[in-house]
Amino acid sequence: MSDIAERVKKIVVEHLGVEAAQVKEDAKFIDDLGADSLDTVELVMAFEEEFGIEIPDDAAEKIQTVGDAIGFIKGNAKS
Amino acid sequence: MFDLSGKAALVTGASGGIGGAIAKALHKQGAIVTLSGTRADALEQLKAALGERAHVVAAKMDDAADIDRLAKEAEAAMGKLDILVNNAGITRDNISMRMKDEEWEKVLQVNLTGTFRLTRAAMRGMMKRRFGRVINITSIVGVTGNPGQANYAAAKAGLIGMSKSLAQELASRGITVNCVAPGFIATPMTDALTDDQKKAILGRVPADRLGTPEEIASGVVYLASDEAGYVTGQTLHINGGMAMI
Repeated sequence: MSDIAERVKKIVVEHLGVEAAQVKEDAKFIDDLGADSLDTVELVMAFEEEFGIEIPDDAAEKIQTVGDAIGFIKGNAKS
Repeated sequence: MFDLSGKAALVTGASGGIGGAIAKALHKQGAIVTLSGTRADALEQLKAALGERAHVVAAKMDDAADIDRLAKEAEAAMGKLDILVNNAGITRDNISMRMKDEEWEKVLQVNLTGTFRLTRAAMRGMMKRRFGRVINITSIVGVTGNPGQANYAAAKAGLIGMSKSLAQELASRGITVNCVAPGFIATPMTDALTDDQKKAILGRVPADRLGTPEEIASGVVYLASDEAGYVTGQTLHINGGMAMI
């Protein structure tokens, strides 16, 4: 399952252009990693694609930190 | 200039005079087009006239599920969606004192809400590909107002405000959102006017003639092109000088 965390972090690094060291589980996308609201939408889209899942809008709104994303995906990923 | 080869375009209201001309013009510039509207037979006729690179997906713009289906099927048919022309629109004219709630709501539903829904559904792919052109066909009356068209003018003015907001949200992703505002254009809708009505209208048009659907389509081609990449949140008025805003 730690594989999921690594894949999530990789997407965040690539998408937001931040250093891997900054992408801690308690890091907030907007406050700590410099994402804007559109970036968060795009991150959710990237997670959906990577993990083959659908993240509904109400769930997506609650994903504010890297850890939130990992937690949601672990709970919903197919494989 | 304005080469649209390899671009995929969806035009709503393509069975109408202006929508049909827009679809033809985009197609002529090389785009793949999906024609949408409610009159499937008219859409099929236009498709046949265009030949290759044309698809038909009929849909009702007052039906949320149908709009989502339209976006999905158009993307599936063309492989992507680069250019969205929201041209579908209806009128239910009446002086406000006599306007029924249904007349108000129907026009807002189709012309404004339907356009928002379809645009929202199309954004996802455009954001991913970092390219998009949304062109909303509004109307001169959305800026000037028109007696008997409180509902239509409100919806068309709403499109302009909506487009400016979307333009600001999406500009950093290579997506532009603009409006084209036709004045009086020769279509089956204006053919129904009496000679006296036409004369009265032309008295307000410095060019002293009705516009053609092709003249509207040319504006759409420009806004859809790579060359117009720095133009966003704008309203292009094509009205023979009838209003200069």
